[in-house]
Amino acid sequence: MTSLVLAEHDNKHLSDATAKTVTAAASVSAPVHILVAGENCAAVADQAAKIAGVEKVLVADDALYAHLVAETMETLILSLAGNYDAILAPATTSGKNILPRIAAKLDVPQISEILKVVSPDTFERPIYAGNAIQTVQAPAGKKIITVRVTAFKAAADGGSAAIEKIAAGSDPGTAKFASEALSKSERPELTSAKIVVSGGRGLGSAENFKLIEKVADRLHAAVGASRAAVDAGYVPNDYQVGQTGKVVAPDLYLAVGISGAIQHLAGMKDSKIIAAINKDEEAPIFQVADFGLVADLFQALPEMDQELAKRGR
Amino acid sequence: MKVLVPVKRVIDYNVKVRVKADQTGVDLANVKMSMNPFDEIAVEEAVRLKEKGKATEIVAISIGSQQASETIRTALAMGADRGILVKTDGDVEPLAVAKILKAIVEAEQPGLVITGKQAIDDDSNQTGQMLAALLGWGQGTFAHKLELDGSTAKIEREIDGGLQTVEVKLPAVMTTDLRLNEPRYASLPNIMKAKKKPIEEKSPADYGVDVTPRLKVLKVAEPAKRGGGVKVKSVAELLDKLSEAGAI
Repeated sequence: MTSLVLAEHDNKHLSDATAKTVTAAASVSAPVHILVAGENCAAVADQAAKIAGVEKVLVADDALYAHLVAETMETLILSLAGNYDAILAPATTSGKNILPRIAAKLDVPQISEILKVVSPDTFERPIYAGNAIQTVQAPAGKKIITVRVTAFKAAADGGSAAIEKIAAGSDPGTAKFASEALSKSERPELTSAKIVVSGGRGLGSAENFKLIEKVADRLHAAVGASRAAVDAGYVPNDYQVGQTGKVVAPDLYLAVGISGAIQHLAGMKDSKIIAAINKDEEAPIFQVADFGLVADLFQALPEMDQELAKRGR
Repeated sequence: MKVLVPVKRVIDYNVKVRVKADQTGVDLANVKMSMNPFDEIAVEEAVRLKEKGKATEIVAISIGSQQASETIRTALAMGADRGILVKTDGDVEPLAVAKILKAIVEAEQPGLVITGKQAIDDDSNQTGQMLAALLGWGQGTFAHKLELDGSTAKIEREIDGGLQTVEVKLPAVMTTDLRLNEPRYASLPNIMKAKKKPIEEKSPADYGVDVTPRLKVLKVAEPAKRGGGVKVKSVAELLDKLSEAGAI
């Protein structure tokens, strides 16, 4: 039969997390439909229709979905669930917020953060901060799945799916969006950047984090942080990489002043290349780093900035 | 207002997990166990509500083996008033936990349920949302800040792009993120006092819930190991190596 993927978007752009989730969905149950719930989100629907392997895009364009609230999304998705074998969402804060409600109402277990589709009913997923990988088989019936998008390649463009408007669902009236404060940045998005430069407690202050940002900008990189740096208030919460923050898998992860607690490693150890700068040569980060430099970051970062400039970066 | 706080006994967050040789799970024998760190934050938030006069009673609930009563004792030492232990051996999936909690909520009639956003063992991040759905309640997940205002909870949430605030009608479910508060250490007098607080023992059958797992765990394996790296001597050498590897 068919699977339904919940689109991740900001009413203008479709996040590439969606195309990655489509890849996972296609191996669970093809063809794939995408649900775009939003307000004035026609552009998003057009982008979704171009993803290869997508047969249909359902668009619920309504003020109710200007910001996706789990309670209203529940009634919308449940009204469609009967048509699908599987419902998937990227394991973003939005997908994680919404999907367990659907699983509970359908009385099926949810399979969280899958890394691999072994067969249409069998999946690999990380447990214990990725220190163990569990292979689980779902029972017969609907599959409700969140997808760790760094583990899947984005489905290519080249599709031309039909776009179908659907009516908004009912509003149970139990919760509503009030406001949001989003971090603004010209840098690439953390979870899809090719290069991530992350700073930890070693930076010592929000002011010093500029040293990280300078190097990141030379490399056109996203900026990340360890929990310690976020807790200390050096950077906002959405910079956090780790077990309970964001999971990244860039081509290069440069960890500076990060000791490498297992909770942090959980969020970055699938990066292609890991480089680390730390003054403590015993720091656990060096056990996973391909290239390690034992140095004082307050010397190394300005030096790296100059050296990159010399090399025309 | 009564507040329910479900707490889970998990492997301590500082322990390095080892996968069993027969790949049936991870080795929990003689391993230090603690309260799930996110649940500690939930207990702390409930205790602060009580200190501010917004909560009248805090009930800590744990679903698990007899030893889970130690986790409840920890919550009682932090300031919870009484406990409910739903005794069962073996793994209980989030949906079954949510069903048991729903039955407890119906009996206890709390104004708010606060629990961790995820347990650091199975990393599912499901229970709070499932409970809210089963009850038909609103939810504030990944909470960064809570303000109670009459019949509404204003919950600021940590989301991928930054922070978002939702207004949720009470009763509601809230799940905690890391920066909601910093949990206190229980003082010795409070640990002693906690020994006298009541813990009621129940079983899943008392709530009519079948906790048989629905998902079949076929295998638990070690993740792929990263090969050992090399140390470089200078920033220039580091950049050379990264260029050679095609990373920059």
